[in-house]
Amino acid sequence: MIKAILIFNNHGKPRLIRFYQYFAEDMQQQIIRETFHLVSKRDDNVCNFLEGGSLIGGSDYKLIYRHYATLYFVFCVDSSESELGILDLIQVFVETLDKCFENVCELDLIFHMDRVHYILQEVVMGGMVLETNMNEIVAQVEVQNRMEKSEGGLSAAPARAVSAVKNMNLPEIPRNINIGDINIKVPSLSPF
Amino acid sequence: MALKIVKGSIDRMFDKNLQDLVRGIRNHKEDEAKYISTCIDEIKQELKQDNIAVKANAVCKLTYLQMLGYDVSWAAFNIVEVMSSSKFTYKRIGYLAASQCFHESTDVIMLTTNQIRKDLSSPNQYDTGVALTGLSCFVTPDLARDLANDIMTLMSHTKPYIRKKAVLIMYKVFLKYPESLRPAFPRLKEKLEDPDPGVQSAAVNVICELARRNPKNYLSLAPLFFKLMTSSTNNWVLIKIIKLFGALTPLEPRLGKKLIEPLTNLIHSTSAMSLLYECVNTVIAVLISLSSGMPNHSASIQLCVQKLRILIEDSDQNLKYLGLLAMSKILKTHPKSVQSHKDLILQCLDDKDESIRLRALDLLYGMVSKKNLMEIVKKLMLHVDKAEGTTYRDELLTKIIDICSQSNYQYITNFEWYISILVELTRLEGTRHGHLIASQMLDVAIRVKAIRVFAVAQMATLLDNAHLLTGNMQRNGICEVLYAAAWICGEFSEHLENPMQTLEAMLRPKVATLPGHIQAVYVQNAAKLFATILKSQEGNTDSTAAQDTSQLMIDRLPLFVQSANLEVQERASCILQLVKYIQKLQQKDVEVAEEVNALFAGELNPVAPKAQKKVPVPEGLDLDAWINEPPSESESEDEQPKAIFAKEEPKHSRPRHTEVDEKELARRREARKQEQANNPFYIKASPSSQKVYQDAPGVEHIPVVQIDLSVPLKVPGLPMSDQYVKLEEERRQKERAEKKKKEKKKRKEKRSGRGKKHDSGPESEEDITPAHQVDIVTEEMPENALPSDDDDKDPNDPHKALDIDLDKPLADSEKLPVRSHRAAEAAKSPAEDGETENATSLEPKKKSSKEKREKKKEKDRDRKKSKEEKKKKKHKHEEKEEDLLGGQADEPAVQSEETSEVAAPPTSTSAEVSDLDFWLSNAPVPSNTQEAATVAAAAAAEAPEPPAGTVPDSEPDEPKDAEMEETKSSKHKKKKQKKEKEEKEKKKKKKHHHHHHHSDGGGEESVQNGTVEEEEPLPPMSNYCLLAENSYIKMVYDIQGNLQDGSQVVVSVIFENKCDSFLKSMEFNVLDSLNSKLQRPEGSGPHDGLTVPFQLPPGVSNEARFVFTVQSIVMPQKLKGTLTFIVKNEDSSTHEKLDFKLHFTCTSYLITTPCYSDAFAKLLESGDLKGSSVRLEGVNMPFHHLLARICFHHHFSIVERIDSCASMYSRSIQGHHVCLLVKTSGQTVSIDAKCDEPTLLGNVLDEIKQTFSQC
Repeated sequence: MIKAILIFNNHGKPRLIRFYQYFAEDMQQQIIRETFHLVSKRDDNVCNFLEGGSLIGGSDYKLIYRHYATLYFVFCVDSSESELGILDLIQVFVETLDKCFENVCELDLIFHMDRVHYILQEVVMGGMVLETNMNEIVAQVEVQNRMEKSEGGLSAAPARAVSAVKNMNLPEIPRNINIGDINIKVPSLSPF
Repeated sequence: MALKIVKGSIDRMFDKNLQDLVRGIRNHKEDEAKYISTCIDEIKQELKQDNIAVKANAVCKLTYLQMLGYDVSWAAFNIVEVMSSSKFTYKRIGYLAASQCFHESTDVIMLTTNQIRKDLSSPNQYDTGVALTGLSCFVTPDLARDLANDIMTLMSHTKPYIRKKAVLIMYKVFLKYPESLRPAFPRLKEKLEDPDPGVQSAAVNVICELARRNPKNYLSLAPLFFKLMTSSTNNWVLIKIIKLFGALTPLEPRLGKKLIEPLTNLIHSTSAMSLLYECVNTVIAVLISLSSGMPNHSASIQLCVQKLRILIEDSDQNLKYLGLLAMSKILKTHPKSVQSHKDLILQCLDDKDESIRLRALDLLYGMVSKKNLMEIVKKLMLHVDKAEGTTYRDELLTKIIDICSQSNYQYITNFEWYISILVELTRLEGTRHGHLIASQMLDVAIRVKAIRVFAVAQMATLLDNAHLLTGNMQRNGICEVLYAAAWICGEFSEHLENPMQTLEAMLRPKVATLPGHIQAVYVQNAAKLFATILKSQEGNTDSTAAQDTSQLMIDRLPLFVQSANLEVQERASCILQLVKYIQKLQQKDVEVAEEVNALFAGELNPVAPKAQKKVPVPEGLDLDAWINEPPSESESEDEQPKAIFAKEEPKHSRPRHTEVDEKELARRREARKQEQANNPFYIKASPSSQKVYQDAPGVEHIPVVQIDLSVPLKVPGLPMSDQYVKLEEERRQKERAEKKKKEKKKRKEKRSGRGKKHDSGPESEEDITPAHQVDIVTEEMPENALPSDDDDKDPNDPHKALDIDLDKPLADSEKLPVRSHRAAEAAKSPAEDGETENATSLEPKKKSSKEKREKKKEKDRDRKKSKEEKKKKKHKHEEKEEDLLGGQADEPAVQSEETSEVAAPPTSTSAEVSDLDFWLSNAPVPSNTQEAATVAAAAAAEAPEPPAGTVPDSEPDEPKDAEMEETKSSKHKKKKQKKEKEEKEKKKKKKHHHHHHHSDGGGEESVQNGTVEEEEPLPPMSNYCLLAENSYIKMVYDIQGNLQDGSQVVVSVIFENKCDSFLKSMEFNVLDSLNSKLQRPEGSGPHDGLTVPFQLPPGVSNEARFVFTVQSIVMPQKLKGTLTFIVKNEDSSTHEKLDFKLHFTCTSYLITTPCYSDAFAKLLESGDLKGSSVRLEGVNMPFHHLLARICFHHHFSIVERIDSCASMYSRSIQGHHVCLLVKTSGQTVSIDAKCDEPTLLGNVLDEIKQTFSQC
């Protein structure tokens, strides 16, 4: 089982949190801080596994993480998950994000947290791996986005226009999270 | 009004959306909290509006704020509102918010039940999907109970997208509502063979998760998983299954034996590291479970260790980490095979990665021997000095202690060295493990008598230099060591060289800053020391020395008498008075030493930690019996039972205090304050304990100097442990020389010298004798102690509730609560699930279910009233039915079948268990390839199991029934449902029979209505027949129909490597005919071969499956084909080929399908079937063998058997019914057959005839 999925940046700012077990909000923040503390002090060339902090359940749980450019993707899992499998899953998730956002970067996650959640929902459900085939995930996400668009119809048009105007002065920050820069050598599991 | 709406929508345009919120927060970095609070106010306004779009937008923003740590539970009701929007866009926002912030105690959850049910049955699969995803995060026991049935229905949804989500969420439902597990399990099990790989993977996921917690209940699934493991190519599924087997093997060692071979094959053949790693892990688990039974698995261990070495040597840190992790598992049972890789592991200790160093440390535990212990510990001590993080250093410390103390200090040859190591460890800054070091010191000093002199000397120095340990506040954890030091010095004070100095050290004022429990030990042991000193001084002629000692005690003890700690205070004042009395006696020149020493006479023996627990309860003592009369029943509940013993909990006595009312209390408090104010001796404003002693006379003048040293001092007089390494080396050399001289004599001595120590070190190490004559006193245990009691499972574990026997047949009462018509209808028709992939046939049913929903409301009211009545009626109804059907009824048939099955296996209680036993006992020596082939055959024989929603033969009446049900009452449905379940039950059983039919089981099944008779077991049978063979390879094959697709058959071919070379690049090709074609992957030509998905090492066999499409099935036919492969030797490789002919018999198009006698009779009466018959002469076998053979080889099932006559049924993949009536008299067997396709029937009968002519 996956107990939690956390995405935060190099400064520990949460970009997405998804707990599959209930924690109160302040506890969640403490866990994020603790996890950030554990993960951020590790070099990029050390292994991607470490034992969970005391708040999230101690050494029964493993933190499996990957670091992409400015973001950490951390999965907290128990012993029933395969370590290398989860590493692969993170890769699948990030590649899916990359496909859905076309060159994903931290800004996409900041401004579209809801969409990231919807993508994650197609990968992991209730702490269990739902789908690992990227094409399948992307297809399902796209169908749902299309539904959303069609539902919006005319009534949503003005809102869209306004938000387009608002988006014009988005700060110009390089849009590249560059998935390939840390090439962790894990032979891919064959997709089904 | 219209204006208002327009205005609303314009307002909405300028409401902040999520992006605006985020941007705003980013622009207000300085006053973020303030900005957010204004945003929350805005959101609250938005939530008050009627427009759902505005609400959804607000909820979306709340979800973001929740991530930032804001509690948004106040908006829970609004979230529910948004969830219930009809638009997918808003619904999705609502469910997301709910999944992020709802939990079990969110009270609005109970409002969602109907909404969720509505969404689950929505025609839009994404509404359903979103609801399932949300529900998976906040399901409560109530929701689980109310929705279990709906979700179970969704498990058979036409869309795999929904199926897989429904399957996954079942796990959460089981957790919250354990009663649902048994009713839902059969369907979950079906999903293991779902055509969609995603659904299959989800089912594997759920069952693995369940089985991990309660593995024993899932042992009976092992054959099914075994089959999946050998056939699946999905690595995710394989990993899960292999992990599951890892959990199952400890329970069933025979399973392990069976697993080793396929796992080793996978290890050899897979290229995916993750899979390889899990295989190695499970092989290790198998080896651990076998370690006691099977002696010779060294090859497998070697393989594992070898593969792990490759992982550890890899430059990828992840693989290195996992390699070490797995290695530590091998270590527990096969330490020797790991020890050979000591170099590698020691190397990992220097890795820059802390995680890897920690894992390497774990392994060190098993690496040590008497020879290398000192060397390894020396290396670790170096690490301790270098380590930067406290966590890692603490880990090192515990590891050093673990390594040294393991199995009763087995590897320590020189305890002086060990004590000095412990003393060196006390110089660690900021460690949390002071108590660990302390307990080691105590343990060694108590249990190794010979070391006491040395230990006492060391501890005395420690006490003398106590300021080094306590000086720095950061080092506080370490002061625990002083506890041990003081106790050792006191208890074994006779060994002290300069007791006076130590006594002085123990009574220093600085001691008062130590934690209370340590001070208490100081005081007590100061008294012991005092006694010893008196004894030595009294012998002298000069009596003043003794008096001086007493004076010292009297001077210093008052400091402790004032301590805030009760324990310290009490001991100190006792001892102070005692010393004063002694002083008085001394002044009268009375000899007191003897008496004082008597206070502390006797030796303390170590007691085992569990000793208290293990004291057996004496006979005749009933701990649960009342000693006094129990309180009478009439007493009101809130009255507390009277305290009998002092240990009564404080809360019990509290009520008495509260009898005093508040006013009275206030009055008393006031009076007390008044009194205190007037009392000049009362110190106000609660001073701390330190201040107390500083106020005390004589002490305040002593300056307290804080010595803050960043560099650990070399404590004067403390020997460095390194010296010992050298000394030990020299000693050993000398010893070796000596030993050569008097070899024999020595050995005898050594034995006796070892005393009670464990005798398990490797032989070469026996040469090293301990430096001291070590006498390790074993811990005391009470006489006739009880056998070891294991720790119970955590009672709060939610999985405990899921410890449910899944093999027992379902009882009538075990149904999921059905709350609506619709659900009930859907649950009862698995026919709908499996078959109707096309939406057209689904359409009318949907309509009807809608109508029903409308009706439901009215009916619900009625139902409530007549619920009770109906229950009774239903019961009656069933009884009547049974009576009517009499001997022909299916229910009694099922029952009799059940009983016969239970009776048949001689030892085990349940049929399933015996099935498993059988499956397991099948292959005693897995390395034997011939055996392996039969194993595979057994696995493959399971293949034709009717999948998910197999339609039983009663299907023709189904539509009629469905229509009638519209008008009929629900009792009928209930009955049907039950029948359905029983059918499934029966099917399940049959499945299990099939895979072991080749040796017995036919006997059980052939008796349906007849009496249970003693029938001899069947000879082994196999459907696999030879396909082709040459000197390299042998192929056997079996053909099975695919029920899901009427035009497909699956050919399972077992390839067996017969030579000593490696076979690879196998390609399987068949020359298609017009009628039958090999299914090739998209994009390949009609003449391309299929690559066999594995390679074969020498002597190994493996199975591959090929799918063929056929058009007409009425005629048997043959297809020519070729297998090409490369034979690879060490030096050469050659291309080889082997031709074969695949024979598709008509039998292979038949699928075992159960049928009930009433349906069977209807079928025969219908007149659509054409008859034919055949006679077999000279059949010389018992009737049940004959039937079993027909069942097994020709895929029939027995409908009914009466004496020497039996009716049998089967169905072709294209839906032809084949009915047989088999009669026997003497050696003649006549078979009358009917089928709607005469050509097919003719061919089948010919094939049956041939089967019996062969034997």
